[in-house]
Amino acid sequence: MSKMSVGNTKRKKTLLQFLFETIAIVFFGIIFIVPFYFIIVNSLKTRTEAAKMSIAWPETIQFWSNVIEVLNARDGMLFRAFINSTVITTFSVIILVIICSMAAFVLQRRKEKSSKYLSLLFLSGLMVPPAIVPTIWVMELLGIFKTMHGIILIMVAITISVTIILYSGFIASIPQQIDDAAIIDGCSGWRLFFQIIFPLLKPIHSTVIILQSVSIFNDFVHPLYFFPGAKNATVQLTLYNFMSMFNTSWNLLFTNVLLITIPPFIVFLIFNKRIVSGMTLGAVKA
Amino acid sequence: MLAKIYRRIYSYSLLLPALVIYAVLFIVPTIVSFFFSFTRWTLKDWEFIGLDNFIMFFQESSLSIGIKNTIIYAVLTSGLKVIFGMIFAVLLSYQLKTKNFLRSVIFFPALVSTVAVGITFSVLMHPSKGLINKALALIGISGPDWLGNPNLALISVALVDVWKGVGIATVILIAGIASISSDYYEAAQIDGANKFQAFWNITLPLSRPAINAVIILSLTGGLRTFDLIWTMTKGGPGFRSDLLASIIYKQYQGGFYGLSTAGNVILFLFIALIAFPLKMYFDRKEEQL
Amino acid sequence: MKLLKNKFVFVVSVFMLILLTAAACASDSGSETSSGSSEEDTSNEPEEVTLTFLIDGTKKMDGVYAVAEEIEKRFNIKTEFEVRPSGTEGDNLVKTRLATREMTDLMWYNSGSLFKALNPEEYFVDLSNEDFINRIEESFLDAVSVGDKVFGVPGQSSMGGGWLYNKKIYEELGLSIPKTWEELMENNRIIKEAGIIPVIATFKDTWTAQIVLLADYYNVHSELPSFAEDYTNNKAKFADTPIARRGFEKLQELYENDFMNDEVNATSYDDGLRMLAEGQAVHYPMLTQALSAINEMYPEVMDDIGIFGQPGDNPENHGITLWMPSAIYISKDSENIEAAKKWLEFFVSEDGMQIYMENMVAEGPYMIKGIELPEDSFVAVKEMQQYLDEGKVAPALEFLSPLKGPSLEQIMVEVGLGFISAAEGAEKYDKDVEKQAQQLGLEGW
Repeated sequence: MSKMSVGNTKRKKTLLQFLFETIAIVFFGIIFIVPFYFIIVNSLKTRTEAAKMSIAWPETIQFWSNVIEVLNARDGMLFRAFINSTVITTFSVIILVIICSMAAFVLQRRKEKSSKYLSLLFLSGLMVPPAIVPTIWVMELLGIFKTMHGIILIMVAITISVTIILYSGFIASIPQQIDDAAIIDGCSGWRLFFQIIFPLLKPIHSTVIILQSVSIFNDFVHPLYFFPGAKNATVQLTLYNFMSMFNTSWNLLFTNVLLITIPPFIVFLIFNKRIVSGMTLGAVKA
Repeated sequence: MLAKIYRRIYSYSLLLPALVIYAVLFIVPTIVSFFFSFTRWTLKDWEFIGLDNFIMFFQESSLSIGIKNTIIYAVLTSGLKVIFGMIFAVLLSYQLKTKNFLRSVIFFPALVSTVAVGITFSVLMHPSKGLINKALALIGISGPDWLGNPNLALISVALVDVWKGVGIATVILIAGIASISSDYYEAAQIDGANKFQAFWNITLPLSRPAINAVIILSLTGGLRTFDLIWTMTKGGPGFRSDLLASIIYKQYQGGFYGLSTAGNVILFLFIALIAFPLKMYFDRKEEQL
Repeated sequence: MKLLKNKFVFVVSVFMLILLTAAACASDSGSETSSGSSEEDTSNEPEEVTLTFLIDGTKKMDGVYAVAEEIEKRFNIKTEFEVRPSGTEGDNLVKTRLATREMTDLMWYNSGSLFKALNPEEYFVDLSNEDFINRIEESFLDAVSVGDKVFGVPGQSSMGGGWLYNKKIYEELGLSIPKTWEELMENNRIIKEAGIIPVIATFKDTWTAQIVLLADYYNVHSELPSFAEDYTNNKAKFADTPIARRGFEKLQELYENDFMNDEVNATSYDDGLRMLAEGQAVHYPMLTQALSAINEMYPEVMDDIGIFGQPGDNPENHGITLWMPSAIYISKDSENIEAAKKWLEFFVSEDGMQIYMENMVAEGPYMIKGIELPEDSFVAVKEMQQYLDEGKVAPALEFLSPLKGPSLEQIMVEVGLGFISAAEGAEKYDKDVEKQAQQLGLEGW
């Protein structure tokens, strides 16, 4: 939209924009940053000081020793947890992006009854929580309980609904004329999808990658049930590790929170930039 | 003829991988579990007791509070997420210099675990020592007990939920706005439309699919979540901020597996009754696009 | 150019998928080799065994860790700890893992009603024929037994439930330990007039709201010893047994007289400990497990913190309610039952307990015969011991009956906030218990 600002009023616009941005930053700052300030400040503190749970700046700063203590706790459980969580998240998200974009494409484009019912079937996944014990039975039957690929498939299964809805909404805004052109060129369904549609979905791919990697990385309950075992710890479980010194170790708890927030934040930074505005369709047409 | 081509092109084979995983690991276990809503279930043994669980569920003393709270919570959170998400998304689609910074700031809460958010806000919302009330005191307002006041606890948690979730809505909506071809805006510019007109006549209608996705996701989410309620108030004080989902969760935790599955069946029907018609309505609207 | 890029994306995706399958297979075989490797180096030393042990991640376990290390040195039995959440979430996880036969070799869990709700005979190894069981106090064994079978050994010290109080303020105000509820309320009045908070209520952590009811059980038990049995058999209810209902009424009286601190819903357990230690408030109805927590933050005040049992109406009969320790159990599905038994045997042995006590402070008497309270125990723990020496002690209801309703804490919060009356609270709780009894399949419900 900045294209609109071309013209003789440019300088005035720049001033206005500057003002506007300042106000936005101050507003967001108060609402969104203060809570993080709280987390960070408390991760800097000593045990006794953090127990007061105040927002005041620490009297003595001991960030590094907190970090080292967190990393060393329980034979470096956090390291193992980082590896496990990263593997689970990466593979689940890759699978999700591929299979859900394909599924959403078909569901969105087909206008017949059967595809409507299938849509509703997927939608129903948003309405019931997964049934823990029967799911374990099924996993045991398939021999995938307590395995890495088992938990990856579970994470995929329980996030399929959300992901398909995200893709459907986006695919709806891609005109069908594009498909038609490809069909006339003699494209098959799979080629049409992977060569033409899939690349057009970049903004929503980024969105899905951001949202699902965050939710899978931060999931606590499902790995706890479907991926048990001391070696199979995930990052969220390490939070519990620090509650063992509950009444005195808030500093370690918040240090842990900070550390485990870094990987999803990096993912966010990388993919956020890829949601580029107002170009996709124009680029295709040109 | 044309329909036949389309059917071949939009082949269900593309759908198959997702459907298989979903059916085997989600649908089958869910249907199995629904069977147990008619039993007294200890996870190991079960005894068929007909509709007793459903009757017992409807006799739950905090049920009426739960239903009322669930509706308030879902409408409030999804409404605010859509409104604020749209405002943020539009603002952050401009070529602001600080765009990426601001996007990160808004999304950051979604990165942090619910437990940490719950702990942090419990402290910030402390009636006398919390930062929120201290700030209010500066301008002469004596703030309430956000989480301890039985009439306010639910709303307070809902606001924190919006704070945590608005970044997600924003990211989805930004992708929606990104899908709008810049041709439209150029055409509008030539026609002499101002920014507000461009928003009203182009951005809003053309990002409808994304808005609809946000509404469906946040509404169904709002009707069935309880994790934030659980970390912040545990449904309290007493039972005053209980949601349907937190009641069911407490039954599950209490070991009433049959009863809680019956609750899940009821919650499912309750959400389906709201979400299915809404979804079909949205789909029809989208087809008209 | 563009097409090439798309192809690239596609190829990468396919490659990733292949990688995934490979990684998944690799991780599978990896776990197999790691479990197999333990059998390899068995030449001359006793065979190395690894026991898995599911523990409550929120509990201080230094004593258990230290003993485990010693066991590894002596018997070449390694212990691998796996943490779980506490509270109802943890209960749930334990039940799920038992039902799916995925329990660890050793398991840490409550004794009493929570344990009995697990259907122990199905899942745990009977220890009644082991010699080391003779070392354990009979009163504890009841809490981990079904019929003649014994399933666990105590994993920590027992705890007392009563009123922690600040001795310094008691001295300053010239108060003496109340022998009856009346006297306690009188003390509260004096404290309030002195401008100090008489009673700490920490309803942010809802579980703390139950203590006034649960710690009253000594009084119920000494007046009506048959209550636990009748209650289990659906012959007695809280609502229509006056002495049992007193626990609800006592909390209501504290509310009506405004003896509790402000902002109860925003006050946490930690806050409560601080208020007691810093002398902002005088009484805290609590379990003695609070003592180690206070000790970590305020070691200098430990001599000023005492405890008395929640008094009843008879000054001659003032006793305290006892909480049995959590216990360690062996899973029936374990492949190393013998090693696990050896583990428990050493844990409760003289040497084992010595190591344990070097790393932990006692919160009450140990439930193992011949293990005396260490000399340097907290003042409050010694005060608690006096009640035991006089025989004025009863176990809490949850160790005498398998029934404990899951909503008790919320109901007590409602009573403590004045949302509902004591009588309504008692009725509500009876209904909660009824549901629990039906779920457990008890007879007579």
